[in-house]
Amino acid sequence: MSLERRILELLERDARYTPQRMAAMLGEEESRIAEEIARLEKERIILGHNAVINWEKIGDDGVTAMVDVKVTPEREVGFDAIANRICRFPEVRAVYLMSGLYDLSVIVQGKDLKEISTFISQKLATLHQVQSTTTHFVLKRYKQDGFIFDEKESDRRLVVSP
Amino acid sequence: MINGSKYLTDTIIDLPPSGIRRFFDLASGMEGVISLGVGEPDFVTPWHIREACFYSLERGYTMYTSNQGMIELREEIANYLNRWQNLCYDPEHEILVTVGVSEAVDLALRVLCRPGDEVLIPEPSYVSYVPCAVLAGGTPVVLDTMAEDEFRLTPEELASKITPRSKVLILPYPNNPTGGIMGRDHLQDLVDIIIKHDLIVISDEIYGELTYDGNHVSIATLPGMAERAIVMNGFSKAFAMTGWRIGYACGNRDIIAAMNKIHQYTMLCAPIMGQVAAIEALRHGEPEMRRMVEDYDYRRRLIFKGLKDIGLPSFEPRGAFYVFPSISVTGMSSVEFSERLLNEEKVAVVPGDAFGRSGEGFVRCCYASSVDHIEKALEKIGAFVARHKP
Repeated sequence: MSLERRILELLERDARYTPQRMAAMLGEEESRIAEEIARLEKERIILGHNAVINWEKIGDDGVTAMVDVKVTPEREVGFDAIANRICRFPEVRAVYLMSGLYDLSVIVQGKDLKEISTFISQKLATLHQVQSTTTHFVLKRYKQDGFIFDEKESDRRLVVSP
Repeated sequence: MINGSKYLTDTIIDLPPSGIRRFFDLASGMEGVISLGVGEPDFVTPWHIREACFYSLERGYTMYTSNQGMIELREEIANYLNRWQNLCYDPEHEILVTVGVSEAVDLALRVLCRPGDEVLIPEPSYVSYVPCAVLAGGTPVVLDTMAEDEFRLTPEELASKITPRSKVLILPYPNNPTGGIMGRDHLQDLVDIIIKHDLIVISDEIYGELTYDGNHVSIATLPGMAERAIVMNGFSKAFAMTGWRIGYACGNRDIIAAMNKIHQYTMLCAPIMGQVAAIEALRHGEPEMRRMVEDYDYRRRLIFKGLKDIGLPSFEPRGAFYVFPSISVTGMSSVEFSERLLNEEKVAVVPGDAFGRSGEGFVRCCYASSVDHIEKALEKIGAFVARHKP
């Protein structure tokens, strides 16, 4: 596996890994790792370094909705123009082009139900390429970005074993 | 109450308890210990394997299996060893499913040792070989291995310990506790001696899949060795299945049949839940297993470099998930080092002499632990060494 891929896999697993730590893990020079990361960021292969947070635990009752959006594709730009337009709204966390019954899956976040419905009815549904929207509210999260929300499993191994 | 001890045999009374036991009692009574003292993966068994076991229980797989193990499992083991090591075993007659490699070692020694037969055991090595040889009525003969040889068994050492009573050679590579491996050339150097002296080899390859920077070589793949080697492996380490207790032994059909004879009277069969899980591991578990091995490899480099930077040098371990640094810079014995490290820094490592006298002056550090964990431990060991360097 290439060094580039190894670095990306490690950072995807834990963005806190420092170049120094990765250098030791991969048997490379620290400067080489730092240069690679800088390049990957510059080329926007690495887009950012987010923490995965269980907001519920600090009493935040924000709301997430998944909105199925049917749109009219446009000549020459297809779905890209409208998708990029939807991306710009800060309420929108993710946008995917889908196969199947609808075209775009849009994940929207807001502080409450009202904020999301206002956004959908006033901003999203009113775009002229948008034909229809179907909104599904998230009731409970179990797993996100590879992390299970339940309590972390403890190390059940014996402290010392042969 | 009667005094139970007076009924015990001399053999069991004379058998010393495992050197690890005392250290375990010490460490497990303590809160907040960072442990590099374990001998098993930090991964939980991959979900699809656990899930296959649930499904089998739902369908009522709760009975005995054939003594030798489920034929489906033996067939999968034969296929696996063929695609991995190019070994050919007949699942009908040459494979026995056991309760871990531990049982397989015990069975093999019991069927091979006549009273006084010598069992050649390289050390440092896993703690069971010597006691099992004694319990089987054999005479253990220790072969010392050295740090400067990366703890490989040398032909010189082997030749020097051969007597007319030599019968069995145990080959524990990749090695617990040293992380040493034996490559093809190193194994080849032993073959002539093995054949010349008509030895049977018990090759404990439980860490075989955990070989880094190259592939594991089973001694059974060398010319003339397939019939003399009993290859033992299992699911504990590579597939993170220690608690399932499933191992296997492959080799000469007469020896396997003899082992099965004891196995059927004493164990009947390995638990069916574990066997079903093992089938799933071999059918669909290799990608996940390789991912785990790659992960150990990252941590191997991290801890190897970390220990070197601290001033506890070792050769670069190429197998298992242990590194075995020398602690001579501190002037302490292995036991003293381990106990003081535990008391002063709450970091558990295992004293090297628990694995035989040639392990004195070393400690075993297991890197089957999270990267955060390893770095924290390294920091503490670093502070400890700095404080105690003369």
